[in-house]
Amino acid sequence: MREFLHNVWIIAKREFMGYFATPIAIVFLIIFVALTGAFAFYIGAFFERGQAELSAFFVYHPWLYLLLVPAIGMRLWAEERKSGTIELLMTLPISPWEAILGKFLAAWAFIGLALVLTFPMWITVNVLGQPDNGVILASYLGSFLMAGAYLAIASCISALTKNQVIAFIVAATVCFLLVMSGLELVQNLFRGWAPASVVSAIASLSFLSNFESITKGIVDLPAIVLYLSLIVFALFANKIVIDLRKAA
Amino acid sequence: MTALIEAEGLAKSFGRLRAVDGITLRVARGEVLGFLGPNGAGKSTTMRLITGFLEPDAGRARIAGFDVQDSPREARKRLGYLPEGAPLYAEMTPKGLLGFVAELKGLRGDAIAKSVGVAVERTGLGPVLEQTIETLSKGYKRRVGIAQAILNDPEVLIMDEPTDGLDPNQKHQVRQLIAEMAREKAIIVSTHILEEVEAVCTRAVVINKGRIVADGTAEDLMRRVPYHGAVAVRVAADKADAVKGALAAVSGVGSVETVSAADGHLLLRAVPRNGAGIVTDVASAIRQQALVVEEVFVERGKLDDVFRQITSSDLDNRNA
Repeated sequence: MREFLHNVWIIAKREFMGYFATPIAIVFLIIFVALTGAFAFYIGAFFERGQAELSAFFVYHPWLYLLLVPAIGMRLWAEERKSGTIELLMTLPISPWEAILGKFLAAWAFIGLALVLTFPMWITVNVLGQPDNGVILASYLGSFLMAGAYLAIASCISALTKNQVIAFIVAATVCFLLVMSGLELVQNLFRGWAPASVVSAIASLSFLSNFESITKGIVDLPAIVLYLSLIVFALFANKIVIDLRKAA
Repeated sequence: MTALIEAEGLAKSFGRLRAVDGITLRVARGEVLGFLGPNGAGKSTTMRLITGFLEPDAGRARIAGFDVQDSPREARKRLGYLPEGAPLYAEMTPKGLLGFVAELKGLRGDAIAKSVGVAVERTGLGPVLEQTIETLSKGYKRRVGIAQAILNDPEVLIMDEPTDGLDPNQKHQVRQLIAEMAREKAIIVSTHILEEVEAVCTRAVVINKGRIVADGTAEDLMRRVPYHGAVAVRVAADKADAVKGALAAVSGVGSVETVSAADGHLLLRAVPRNGAGIVTDVASAIRQQALVVEEVFVERGKLDDVFRQITSSDLDNRNA
């Protein structure tokens, strides 16, 4: 167990530092903060609302993550496969799980860092008024968990290909379907023929409706369970993909 | 002595292509096995099966007694591997990469710096330790790949074309390094440079279309060339017939042929019958009969010829 955690840590550390050895880190962090801010101020009408709360900021996260999270996740495995370093990594005395978790955690921590860097938003509402900081904290947590679910899906898809563009597009599409699954558009597709329980099950997968409840300040257990179980499920799928590629 | 590397009936197909088709081999401590074959013969795939990077369709591979699929961690702890093309994390420095690999190989604390230090010294990476790998020359990149393979002094070393892309001096250094380590390790080196096999390998295995078509020392392989051990003699053209007759009479000589003619001289070649050693007999015949010869030398089979001979036609494969 100690060896397992140690190896996860070593792999995660290398992966995390890798972002900062290339322009990826600086480009991603700036764009993340700029986009989340721009959406909150211009489209979310943060000032015009005249309310000391950050829902105008969080409400766009499910959409922004469609672009930003697959951009981070697409390289996790596809790049290793393309450059051949996967052969270097996977012939070291480590287990596939150590590599999968190390990579996932590094990328998740990186997105977490990007979220932390949006702290000026938090300072702004606290200067302007007296927001419910508990709600804001819960929203940040929910946003982070949702990003983790997007990322785990992107990681799994990245393991399927050595082409990062394909990994990006497929991951973004899968995440898009999950975001949309609560909307009428998708629901109507199923309503005609699927049993009601299936329709509501699909709806309950929706990132959007689940995230909404979190941003309203309810520490919503089903939403947290959904994100965590999506992460676990996608990482298991990731493991299966890695094993299949070995036997292919 | 037990073999440190064992492969039994390894087979692997990609779609309809049988890349590796029943390879069995054993490499003991102290052996350096040269893995030869034309491009696409299945050398790299075989190495990937032995290291456990790929799962075989059939057969098994063991490193130091540990099955690479059933107990991969134990097997890989004893393995140093240089994959084809020496893939490396381009954005890292050699120092960072070697530290990373050392930690995953289970080294801790002072042992990391010590092991990295030894590998750096052996591969001559000192001057470039702090540069990012993508800025390094091909030769240095290859050496970083070799350095990470020899970290933690593994019992088994598997290197896919370790000297590819190196200049002659660097090739010499790498061969010397392999020779130094050979005594206490079992090593497999793939190459298509045949002189390398003579220089460092104690044994050579030739594979073609996924099968082993020859296995032996470099000398064994060269014996397959018909004129290996033949004696070539240069004589003045007017004396050629006399010399030809005298050589043909020597016991053990199968035939005497004329190789070339130039400047009023002929180059004759006495080819031994059934690979017999004929040098001393030919030499004493020349002395006793006081034949006037300008030059005498023993021909050696070239590995290139062996290689072409056993890998070029399908018929040869089936016979081998």
